[in-house]
Amino acid sequence: MKTWLDAWPVFRQLTGNDPLGRGTAARSKATEQVVSRTATADHVAKSVCPFCAVGCAQKVYVEDGRITQIEGDPDSPVNRGRLCPKGAASKQLVTSPTRVTKVRYRRPYGTEWEDLELDTAMEMIADRVLEARRKGWQEEDGPPGNRHRVNRTMGIASLGGATLDNEENYLMKKLYSAMGAIQIENQARI
Amino acid sequence: MPGLGASFGRGGATNFLEDLSNSDCIVIEGSNMAECHPVGFQWVMEAKARGAKIVHIDPRFTRTSAVADLHVPLRVGTDIAFLGGLIRYVLENDLYFREYVVAYTNASALVGEDFVDTEELDGLFSGFDPETNHYDEASWQYEPEEPPHSGSDDPAEAAEQERSEQHPDVKESDRAQAAGSGGPPIPAKPKRDETLEHPRTVFQVLKRHFARYTPEMVAEVCGIEPAVFEQVAKWVTENSNRERTTAWVYSVGWTQHSVGAQYIRTASILQTLLGNIGRPGGGIMALRGHASIQGSTDVPTLFNLLPGYLPMPHAMQHQTLDEYCADAAGKAGFWGNKRAYTVSLLKAWFGDAAQPENDFRFDWIPKINGDHSSYRTIADMIQGKVSGYFLVGENPTVGHPNGRMNRFGLANLDWLVVRDLQMIESATFWNESPEIETGELAPETIGTEVFFLPAASHVEKEGTFTQTQRMLQWREKAVEPPGDARSDLWFYFHLGRILRSRLEGSTDPRDQALLHLTWDYPVHGETQDPDASAVLREINGTGPDGRALSTYIDMKDDGSTTGGCWIYTGVYADEVNQAARRKPAREQGAVASEWGWVWPLNRRILYNRASADPDGNPWSERKKYVYWDEAAGEWTGPDVPDFEETKRPDYVPPEGAKAQDALAGNDPFVMQGDGKAWLYAPAGLVDGPLPTHYEPVESVAENAFYKQQASPTIERIEGPWNRENPSMSEVFPFQVTTYRLTEHHTAGGMSRTLPYLSELQPEFFVEVSPELAALRGLTHGDYATLVSTRTAIEAKVLVTERVRPIRLRGGQVVHQIGMPYHWSYSGISTGDSANDLLGIALDANTHIQEDKVSTCDIVAGRRPRGSEMLEFVESYRRRAGVASGRVGVNGRAPVEGSTGHAETGS
Repeated sequence: MKTWLDAWPVFRQLTGNDPLGRGTAARSKATEQVVSRTATADHVAKSVCPFCAVGCAQKVYVEDGRITQIEGDPDSPVNRGRLCPKGAASKQLVTSPTRVTKVRYRRPYGTEWEDLELDTAMEMIADRVLEARRKGWQEEDGPPGNRHRVNRTMGIASLGGATLDNEENYLMKKLYSAMGAIQIENQARI
Repeated sequence: MPGLGASFGRGGATNFLEDLSNSDCIVIEGSNMAECHPVGFQWVMEAKARGAKIVHIDPRFTRTSAVADLHVPLRVGTDIAFLGGLIRYVLENDLYFREYVVAYTNASALVGEDFVDTEELDGLFSGFDPETNHYDEASWQYEPEEPPHSGSDDPAEAAEQERSEQHPDVKESDRAQAAGSGGPPIPAKPKRDETLEHPRTVFQVLKRHFARYTPEMVAEVCGIEPAVFEQVAKWVTENSNRERTTAWVYSVGWTQHSVGAQYIRTASILQTLLGNIGRPGGGIMALRGHASIQGSTDVPTLFNLLPGYLPMPHAMQHQTLDEYCADAAGKAGFWGNKRAYTVSLLKAWFGDAAQPENDFRFDWIPKINGDHSSYRTIADMIQGKVSGYFLVGENPTVGHPNGRMNRFGLANLDWLVVRDLQMIESATFWNESPEIETGELAPETIGTEVFFLPAASHVEKEGTFTQTQRMLQWREKAVEPPGDARSDLWFYFHLGRILRSRLEGSTDPRDQALLHLTWDYPVHGETQDPDASAVLREINGTGPDGRALSTYIDMKDDGSTTGGCWIYTGVYADEVNQAARRKPAREQGAVASEWGWVWPLNRRILYNRASADPDGNPWSERKKYVYWDEAAGEWTGPDVPDFEETKRPDYVPPEGAKAQDALAGNDPFVMQGDGKAWLYAPAGLVDGPLPTHYEPVESVAENAFYKQQASPTIERIEGPWNRENPSMSEVFPFQVTTYRLTEHHTAGGMSRTLPYLSELQPEFFVEVSPELAALRGLTHGDYATLVSTRTAIEAKVLVTERVRPIRLRGGQVVHQIGMPYHWSYSGISTGDSANDLLGIALDANTHIQEDKVSTCDIVAGRRPRGSEMLEFVESYRRRAGVASGRVGVNGRAPVEGSTGHAETGS
């Protein structure tokens, strides 16, 4: 027969089958009703932490098209489910309210940011790439008497890659090389 | 990582993190693993729980030191002296692994008669040209087995290549890094003396070179007491033999030095002598700092490389495909197939347009002819030589040393595209940088047009990262990116699409590469995102039947195969994305070969043929790994053998054999031209065949070994914005070192913007010892100002015994300051930027800057503001006898020349 005493965890601990009070004895009605965000997720994407190079596997929980939780993946031989403070904060990284989600534009000698449509920005950047490529084009280079064909542009440079995917680095190197840009660098240089 | 590449043939960590648990001794040096790679550190703790000794060698006492068996503080910038001391200890006491050394290293090779060591030239090797500050490596070569020949199909061409190899413009182009997968080419196999007695054997050369690196010298130079040194030496040598293995762990505490590549070489020599390479629980673990920094070197966004460590063609050497491949044609080792890798890359990029009769369009690849690395480019920007700049997930005005110089570079561009998650400092330099306050920059004078394009995060796109142990892991896309945010794959694909449509119909020869580029990736969804798995498949490559290749061994030089990055071939074997494999670790063996995919060919421990003795038997039952199974006629074990599976241990190459067929059955270093680990590097490094202790560019101590104070080949970029603190100057009397914290990431764009992490580490601080605090009147919790010839910054003072003054034998006391580099003016947690204090002086091998050690002054209180700040720093320069650092509008004037740089203006 259930009595008021049953609601008292110490009583359940002393009389029940949980003498250490770490299981059923400690569970309240409120506890029973709590459901973890991970349990109600619509799907779980398998991912990898974006901070250092240890490569901790992550599980990304998604509900209604939004990320509700990111945890270490216990299946991984590398991290065995663990994440460090940065990895554990990666939900904040991807859901940060200060993330910039609109293109920003600063005109030459301007004092303010302005709005710009993404498509317009892409066309403007393409214009500038072609112009810079032309301006910095070198058919040959070297001191007089020792000139060699180089077939390149010195007008365009690029920096970054170590935080990006292999596939992205690949398209970057491929496109830059085809346009003749050589001053392509990333964090491996620092 | 040329230090590893020149030693073993591949520039990647030799072992994997979990394998650290098999170590009997782990030395962590140049790394604070517990705080900077905390989750990887669990494997060190696992080893400790199994009884391994853990040693931490670092100027600072950190959480890594706290759990180590021994913490050894040393003076910053003296690791070569310390490691050199260990090498001497091993050689003098006959503690090297003799069978391993004789069979698997170049110890028995004879060095040519012309070689002269630093012992005789007071800190210089033979071949140095003081005019250009470059070495001619000719005198460093082996004595060849027979009259020198290249083994090439075209000896005349190869000889010409070798001569041009020594040209300063070629040496500046960072050829060392091209040893990332394939050791540096050598002209011929050397004469050998397996008794190791001949005075010109590498073994004897090594002995003489390090003879003066005694425990007493280690004490004098590093500030480590002989008894402590002895303890480290004992643990390391007692745990390196048939039955036991020692691992060495490093990260940027080693690479960011003017002799960084040689730091890693010193550890490589030591680990090779001890027989720890290619064996479980051994090796050299390079811990890298970004999610895919290994990947961005393998598939390089680097000026000097093409995918798979193929070098960028050099204008002086490589006008045709034949010239490009001449150094490898006919050579021993897997590098002998360079032509097949190159042709497959050209086919992947240019498709049907690449044909044998047009040299597979090799000419469409642009050529380099000098140093085009990022710091040189910044200096060129200041002079108005660069029009446009893309910053893609990198924040150089905070993350690079000398932020002021970087900002001047950005202020002199025509346009800048920044792609990032948050509004980082490199995008707001034109109205928020410290130089706005000092009056050196103003929005009204800056003509740079800035586009900020928001980027997709790691959960908003699919693709692979390559982590620190060469493992590719595929990420699934969880959600769509918000608003205008797009993946970088999207950005570059659509930029390429627009450029190609603009140029359509052009007959200009320079447009043909773009127009014929294979650029037809499938796209998905409303935003037309390109399919990353299609790109990964292109990287993998395809065979004559159009199916994904399983191994680069199947690549051909006739144009019948494709492959965007030969070392990644196999990642899409059997048309399956092998990087997406996620078989739970508990359902497979300790090597976990079915989790992700590791280059090359899913081999987890590199050079693992060396885990067996020359006859193919395990060195011991305890350290059994890959071994020869005589009955089955193949190599076997828990890992994929890093060796041809059926090549017998007693295989002797026939006369005239080429590529891998020229390597014997007991040559485990399959990417090296001689199949051996290199104790002595006759080629591959521009600053010497052996590591030598030099003082840092900015040091408070004199070089106790040689008259030559700092490395003679240091590359400098000169200008009013990059002054150097004179060494042994009373004006800059303290050493400073930079580092990371657990709670922040690099330049802070991914951590100072997050509330949790900003709360955990809320402000910029510097660590000083109680002794230095007393000397300079610094109070714990108050501000201090740090000054260099570059600028002054302020930080909160943390007085702690974690940083100790180092007492050198001569009585000199060296004070060291610790300084995390994550801060700047944007985000939730803000502060001055540590990197603004530092200058740029570069390791000539890698063009990597020395920012792990420099000098400064420190005084109590906050720094001056506005123009007073400029006068304050200028007064330091005057007192130190350094030229003025005052600049004209946007840092443009005055223009000064640079050393070690060939002018490339057209």
